[in-house]
Amino acid sequence: MTIPGSLGTGPVTDDQGRVRAGLNPFSSSPAADEPDPVPGRGRTGAGVALDGGSPARGHRRPALARAWVRAALGAVLPLALLGVWHAVTTAGLVPAYQLPAPASVWTAAVDLAERGQLAQYTAISTQRVLLGFAIGGSLGLLVGALVGLSRVAGALLAPTIGAVRAVPSLAWIPLLILWMKIGEESKITLIAIGAFFPVYTTVAAALRHVDPHLVEVGRAYGLRAVSLFSRVQLPAVLPSMVSGLRLALAQSWLFLVAAELIASSMGLGFLLMDSGNNGRIDRLLLAIVLLAVLGKITDSLLGLAEKHLLRRWS
Amino acid sequence: MALTSPLASRTPGTAGAHPVALRGVGRTFPTAAGPRVVLHDVDLELTPGEIVAIIGPSGCGKSTLLRQVAGLDVPDAGEILLDGSPVAGVDTRTAVAFQEPRLLPWRTLSQNVALGLPRGTERPAGARRVAELLDLVGLSSSAGLRPRQVSGGMAQRASLARALARNPGVLLLDEPFGALDALTRLKMQDLLLEIHAAEPTTVLLVTHDVEEALYLADRVVLLTTLAAAAPGTGSVRSVIPVPGMRPRDRADHVLAELRADLLEGLGVPTHHRTPGDPDLHHSI
Repeated sequence: MTIPGSLGTGPVTDDQGRVRAGLNPFSSSPAADEPDPVPGRGRTGAGVALDGGSPARGHRRPALARAWVRAALGAVLPLALLGVWHAVTTAGLVPAYQLPAPASVWTAAVDLAERGQLAQYTAISTQRVLLGFAIGGSLGLLVGALVGLSRVAGALLAPTIGAVRAVPSLAWIPLLILWMKIGEESKITLIAIGAFFPVYTTVAAALRHVDPHLVEVGRAYGLRAVSLFSRVQLPAVLPSMVSGLRLALAQSWLFLVAAELIASSMGLGFLLMDSGNNGRIDRLLLAIVLLAVLGKITDSLLGLAEKHLLRRWS
Repeated sequence: MALTSPLASRTPGTAGAHPVALRGVGRTFPTAAGPRVVLHDVDLELTPGEIVAIIGPSGCGKSTLLRQVAGLDVPDAGEILLDGSPVAGVDTRTAVAFQEPRLLPWRTLSQNVALGLPRGTERPAGARRVAELLDLVGLSSSAGLRPRQVSGGMAQRASLARALARNPGVLLLDEPFGALDALTRLKMQDLLLEIHAAEPTTVLLVTHDVEEALYLADRVVLLTTLAAAAPGTGSVRSVIPVPGMRPRDRADHVLAELRADLLEGLGVPTHHRTPGDPDLHHSI
């Protein structure tokens, strides 16, 4: 199993640098910004590959172990940025047509909300992302399982899927529009393509690397095909699968903007493009902030699910 | 089996021990350098409830032989009969414990033991059986722990309990204590004898530890590496009955003789002197 962000002796972190509690069982602090001075800390001496979990946690609870302290610390940088932004714009260091004040962005948000567009755009974009993510993620899971479990399927499918994967996302758009017209289908299909590959890749790779000893135990205890998959192989790859899903979700937002930038009449990508064309930089900034917030929220929700799983699994 | 009979009545759920017959078993593995004969013409009969240890140098095919009885490997010559019928695929009449505990890390010890229960075991009956087995291997208080939270010896005991959960007619142990420290290994050997007394099954034990084989087994089968043997000879070099009732005295002088013989058979000089040897008196 590969864990994105795991760097040798340091604590295992996710792609945003946060320490993943389930993978750093004996780390005294689950906070990200504490370097790990002891090589191999977080492993027991028993030589088990991926030890984890709760037994040695909670000897002492430094301030950073508290959720609200971490939340407060995480808010420091955004607030500071907001402060600098405000200071720079009110002092007139940057002209308003290049960087409007935070207050004008807020006004733009209120204005759009009053027209009913803010909620509509946010909702339609979120809906597209969730639908595309669900479809692409499920297909990725299915095909990834097939390729990871069956050598024949792997030999048959992997090269083609690898080639399709190499096609840049934007290259699909004209084709999808020709095939499906400018509607929801073409956008959701594009997002599904984006969500498919991270899940497919991580699941296929993880299934190929499930400890053969455990698979043999499953077989020795009479598990076959479906029962072997559900009782041994699937639980073994679950942590990788969730990492793949998180990557897929990030990719879904990326592909959403690509889809909406090119052809749409609603949504945050449309807001971006429309505001850019009309020189409404306040709305443009609003769209960017909204994308950041929405992406972070959906990722955090999956992150919570992941944390819950890893506590049990690793 | 005078030792086992009074205790056997304690566990009415235990299936009967099965006899095992290996007839002319052979196995050849294809390698880059051409086919390599690992096992040739192995004939062996195990009586029900017997403990048989297989020892031999690395690469003599002892683990392969065990895997074949388990149905995890298929011999390309000869046949293996369990209770008179051939082993077909992974056989529910056997259960294996490996050198590594191989517990599923996401399951608790009791859930891991439950994996061994025969298909179709009813939930309450299964739970009772798991609890009984955890008690037998002394893990009752650790039932809810996960494998990473327990020591190697505890994990290995859980692995044994999982194998027993199947009520196997034949218990197959592939160097089950090989990865444990010396003291834990001695304790585990006694535990195995207790288990065998409580639930008498036929036991086939692969080990590289001559003393372990002599302490546990009714008979010791010495396998030979075929590359070193004269062409045409079988894999079984000798079958040695071990005298004495269990539990045995580890320092018994008869066992010491046998130990020396077996080690010499494995190509290890022992510098052993028999009691009648005049050198012994000089050396004291």
